Amino acid sequence: MTEKEALFEYLLRRADDSLILGHRLSEWCGHGPILEEDIALTNLALDLIGQATEWYQYAAQVEDKGRDEDDLAFMRIEREYKNVLLVEQTNGDFGKTIVRQFLFDHFQNLLFERLMESKDEQIAAIAAKSIKEVRYHLKHSSEWVIRLGDGTEESHNRVQESLTDLSRFIDELFYQDEVDEQLIKAGIACDTSSFEKEYRNNIQAVIDEATLALPEKQWQLDGGRKGVHSEHLGYLLTELQYMQRTYPGMEW
Amino acid sequence: MKEQNIEELERQFQEKIDNEIKIEPKDWMPDAYRETLIRQISQHAHSEIVGQLPEGNWVTRAPNLRRKAVLLAKIQDEAGHGLYLYSAVETLGADREETIDDLHSGKAKYSSIFNYPSLTWADMGMIGWLVDGAAIMNQVPLCRCSYGPYARAMVRVCKEESFHQRQGYEIVAKLANGTPEQKEMAQESLNRWWWPALMMFGPSDADSKHTEQSMKWKIKRHTNDELRQMFVDVTVPQAEHIGLKVPDNDLKFNEETGHYDFGEINWDEFWQVVKGYGPCNKERVDARRKAKEEGMWIREAANAYAEKRAKRNKKAS
Amino acid sequence: MSKKEWPLWEVFIRSKQGLSHKHAGSLRAADAEMAINNARDVYTRRSEGVSIWVVESDKVTASDPSEAGPLFEPSNSKAYRHPTFYEVPEGVKHM
Repeated sequence: MTEKEALFEYLLRRADDSLILGHRLSEWCGHGPILEEDIALTNLALDLIGQATEWYQYAAQVEDKGRDEDDLAFMRIEREYKNVLLVEQTNGDFGKTIVRQFLFDHFQNLLFERLMESKDEQIAAIAAKSIKEVRYHLKHSSEWVIRLGDGTEESHNRVQESLTDLSRFIDELFYQDEVDEQLIKAGIACDTSSFEKEYRNNIQAVIDEATLALPEKQWQLDGGRKGVHSEHLGYLLTELQYMQRTYPGMEW
Repeated sequence: MKEQNIEELERQFQEKIDNEIKIEPKDWMPDAYRETLIRQISQHAHSEIVGQLPEGNWVTRAPNLRRKAVLLAKIQDEAGHGLYLYSAVETLGADREETIDDLHSGKAKYSSIFNYPSLTWADMGMIGWLVDGAAIMNQVPLCRCSYGPYARAMVRVCKEESFHQRQGYEIVAKLANGTPEQKEMAQESLNRWWWPALMMFGPSDADSKHTEQSMKWKIKRHTNDELRQMFVDVTVPQAEHIGLKVPDNDLKFNEETGHYDFGEINWDEFWQVVKGYGPCNKERVDARRKAKEEGMWIREAANAYAEKRAKRNKKAS
Repeated sequence: MSKKEWPLWEVFIRSKQGLSHKHAGSLRAADAEMAINNARDVYTRRSEGVSIWVVESDKVTASDPSEAGPLFEPSNSKAYRHPTFYEVPEGVKHM
């Protein structure tokens, strides 16, 4: 694998995480449980889709095969999407959406903090711009985890169930392979194992305050970074790609 | 209060209105004025909220990243506008959740345009261009409405909505200048949305029971028919400019009046949709009711947490 | 507890450093943090602010409109509080 190929792959992983999670959040638009929260979830979706656009633009530039950000976002087949499984999980109730967001926000925060120091100037710039958004997402999702966890018995039980369910996807956030290794050596990517402990401490602090508990070590799922997804992604892509597939090559 | 007192208060109230002095929340106002405003502003707020749904229907299918972001931002604005308007309703002593319950029970109305389905991507353009275009016609005069909080909310809404109509027209223009399939998509969509858009201005003046009093109170500044005519006059040339045909064989520019003459609106359809028998009335209200019901446990949890924390803080101090 | 609504909050926004906070509108939130977050999402979507205050609406005390006369009109007749009340001989500068 050349460094260019590794970089392209690395950028797709960043872009797909943001796009797929942004898409999931956009499904709430107009259906949020509370008007103010409908607006808040849409803000998260907009931030994530904005980030995805920037990552795809850079990926397209690195690939240099005449594809643009929309080709990358809309015209690949399922196996070519490289997001983690966590972000494609269905919205469920508001509590599940919040827990999914919470687990991802804490990861993205620590990742981008390090990518701001990347030797690749564009990666550093995208990370620096995005981290302000991510810090707000993290505050928002963490506060809600605490409110719901330490709220009523019903909310506690619901959000605990979501946490138990989604914690199967935590390890995958730290998945690394030859793509990462090559770029870490070049000072472009960062080693996720360097902040895994910090991540676990950060989420544990919130989970404790929320009077919730992470389950005992569970069997962990992965595959997303290699394009092997859960059944949910296919349906998501069916909607996402509908227009581009039905009317190929047209401009909108 | 003595009867003369009320008469005197009403006289002073009307004098303020006639002198363009705004009425503010704690000022004395006739009950009927308050009730009219509560009805109108909450109806307006419900329209913003229900109006999210036909567009939300295409968020996950938007054709590219830019359109997806724009559509999300627009729908989000509508939620925000609903919120500004509910805030204005609350200044009149009405309770937001109670007015929302009236929407869910069918007691309160909202703009009937949102009871039509959004079937193609072109509908996203049509909603922005025609529906927001018609809404702006209604809303700009409301910035001068006699009730302060409503007028201020509308100033904000109008400022923010200025991009909504443009983005809609941009979508439609892109289609109209695109492939034959795209142009067909745009024309077909215009055919479906044109008449419902004209109905947005409400019944004709002869059948409008609230207009006269609302004009006197300066809650309303133009009649329904005046606004409808203004809309037709500005919109027809916009359609022609991109080569789309307005689906009205009676449409013709009248040199004498300087306005377009246009065909008869199907008022039967209008009243049926208002009464709840439109293509999507049930889906729209069901969707909103579901959102509220599914939000109950979250509201309760947040309240419970706030109470617990307040208690803990008290103990600590 | 339970079915009750979240309290109403009044939102004040400082549009830029050097200006005072100005009333922007209201919203509902269960607690102060949520009120700040919601105010940010609802009232600063177009970079309208650099600072937010939120106050629970029922903590605001307002003057009574029926007392507007005694409260505010007496100052109308005190034009001597304004600089234009005074004559300055022509040609005098920096005053």
